[in-house]
Amino acid sequence: MDVSFSEEDLQFREEVRQFFAEKLPEDIRAKQDQGIPLERDDMVRFQQLLHKQGWAGVNWPVEYGGTGWGIVKKYIFASEMAAANAPEVVPFGLGMVGPVIYTFGSDEQKERFLPDILASRVWWCQGYSEPGSGSDLASLKTRAVLDGDEWVVNGTKTWTTLGQYADWIFCLVRTNTDVARRQEGISFLLVDMKTPGISVKPIITIEGGHEVNEVHFDNVRVPVDNLVGEEGKGWTYGKVLLEHERTGTAQVHRSLFRLNKLKEQAATSVRGEPPLADDRNFMRKLAAVEVELKALEFTELRTLAAVSSGKAPGAESSILKFKGTEIQQAIDTLFMEAAGYYALPYVPHQFKFDYPEDEFVGAGAETKTSLKYFNYRKASIYGGSNEIQRNIVAKHVLGL
Amino acid sequence: MDFSLNEMQSMLLDSVQRFIANDYDFDTRQKYAESEHGYSPEVWATFADLGWTAIPFPEDDGGIGGGQVDLMVVMEQFGRGLVVEPYLANIVLAGGILKRVATDEQKERWLHPIIAGELQAALAWVEPQSRYRDSDVRTEARASGDGVTISGKKSVVFNGGNAKLLIVSARTRGDATDEDGISLYAIPADADGVSVKRYATVDGHQAAEISLNNVQADASQLLGTEGEGFAALKATLADATLAVSAEAVGIMRAMTEKTVEYSKNRIQFGVPIGSFQALQHRMVDMFTACEQTYSLLVWAAMSRDADNDDAERSVHALKYQIGVAGRKVGEEAVQLHGGMGVSWEMDIAHYFKRLTAIGQSLGNADHHLDALASV
Repeated sequence: MDVSFSEEDLQFREEVRQFFAEKLPEDIRAKQDQGIPLERDDMVRFQQLLHKQGWAGVNWPVEYGGTGWGIVKKYIFASEMAAANAPEVVPFGLGMVGPVIYTFGSDEQKERFLPDILASRVWWCQGYSEPGSGSDLASLKTRAVLDGDEWVVNGTKTWTTLGQYADWIFCLVRTNTDVARRQEGISFLLVDMKTPGISVKPIITIEGGHEVNEVHFDNVRVPVDNLVGEEGKGWTYGKVLLEHERTGTAQVHRSLFRLNKLKEQAATSVRGEPPLADDRNFMRKLAAVEVELKALEFTELRTLAAVSSGKAPGAESSILKFKGTEIQQAIDTLFMEAAGYYALPYVPHQFKFDYPEDEFVGAGAETKTSLKYFNYRKASIYGGSNEIQRNIVAKHVLGL
Repeated sequence: MDFSLNEMQSMLLDSVQRFIANDYDFDTRQKYAESEHGYSPEVWATFADLGWTAIPFPEDDGGIGGGQVDLMVVMEQFGRGLVVEPYLANIVLAGGILKRVATDEQKERWLHPIIAGELQAALAWVEPQSRYRDSDVRTEARASGDGVTISGKKSVVFNGGNAKLLIVSARTRGDATDEDGISLYAIPADADGVSVKRYATVDGHQAAEISLNNVQADASQLLGTEGEGFAALKATLADATLAVSAEAVGIMRAMTEKTVEYSKNRIQFGVPIGSFQALQHRMVDMFTACEQTYSLLVWAAMSRDADNDDAERSVHALKYQIGVAGRKVGEEAVQLHGGMGVSWEMDIAHYFKRLTAIGQSLGNADHHLDALASV
């Protein structure tokens, strides 16, 4: 067992650190630090910078333009990116549909889609959940019927994150209803959002933001070439993707960054209050989260090490998902507690560059802490709810 | 031993329940919350007509002489209805100070119009640095002429944007956190030197940041004895803590019932999700948390009405329980609703936000547990 970095790793860390210090655009850095929401353009600009550096396809094989990094480099990269408070990469293209296409897609699909995904030229969104199919995803009803050389799609997808920005959507659709197991009738389909018959309706979430959408398909005609892999195998492909999604949602490095921020904040006096670091109750809770997080960091490393020795991320990735999101939520809760009464004002409009300082309510992003807390209740629900993750561990790991 | 409501309490319960069922559905509530004042002046007038604004005041002051249990009955239903009208700010907080220390003349000037529903008021006691330490008062009142000049900042003043009357705590002597040396003043919101920045709060209510810059107050505006305002402040905040706890119990019970109902109707894997034992046990725990919290609530309300020795302790215990069990019930209700639980259009999300805001107000769980552990 050895978790120390080699000389080469340390050099790489320096290189990554320097990259974020020098190349992260100042306006994006300022937005990140001040809690100002990023626009679509900011996210694209950032990802294109990564691409220019050759660091967009972190998990991708070299032959498709990926980094080909081993786990240590991936670990260093994620850690430095979080420490620089750089934006998170929007996962739908680079983290989700990209891997499905290079693993299961045809050569023509690889050539057609992968370069634009890698370069963040095309924005993807995810069409999995439906109003009646959440935890029970395999019950999905969006129907694709073959008509000549086109699939005709009808149905509704929901909780489609950032679908309002998307150029393309990848969907699980039912192409066959006459099957023994309902999972067998599901296919993985790529759909251009400009196709007639698609409409996007915003869903406003608990804290008042517009992140997610309902996407309706009304006789949407999709060329047969846009079906990935084999018809009826979409469930298998989708599951692979969900396992990738789950490792991503652990967010260990982001949580470390935020926990360190919280410690710094607790050590500092705000507005003449005694520093929270004097409050044993608070500091004990913070320390307890830190322990959980350190454990998760090593659990993730162990999982990644197994993956790098040739195994696919398996059911264990479920642990990362539910522990990771519960830790994120615990940190959100502590930030909110630290804000005291200043968690109450609902003033999201003040988080913009030209907002007058003397009108600003609360110190820093205090008034955002409750909004983050409310919004991040989603984390234990999305990507397969934490209940579903525990079911997976019970069934596939413990054999119950 | 009797936990039943008396005749007046039953009538109150019935009238508040009827009002919410007939006139205060969720969409209506949302409309009021999003309006300019953050509540409905018409609804407020109705509250006064129905006598609800008179509940906690002595009959001599034009009240109906209700106690903590009466207030509890009303507040629990306000929780169920997610009522945004500023009952806490006007009746419990501002009214609570006035009924305790105001002179007859002051009552006539300010308390009677509050009871009549004609005056909006607020108690400005929290300061930017004070957190939950209510004796941390750095707003200063310096002697000048036959009165004082007040300067300082007040934070997250409930109903502060609507209030025409502000009751302000200010230090006339002593160190920043001394209980002794705090005085209370009645300040018109339009007095020279008062500036008010109104905003909505996450729970659909409204509050304000208020700054006082050399605000003049004469002797007629001093409430109670100079330097001895903390006792009235403390007692009033205990009333308020009990009141929001009752509101929280109403919210917790509503969230639990709605979650059970949802789990019976939401079909996944071909069956209602409520048929899964893993979820059933969690709903049993939510239900149990509601019952345990209600038990503490009635203990605290009766204990304060009887002025028992454990009255102060009971309020700390109750608000600690609200902090812990309220968060648990709120988070579980949202989780069991899945994506719907984090949707703005669903009432469950707004119950959760109000419950969370209550948890952050008037002392969080740590604050009250500390108080219990040090008594």
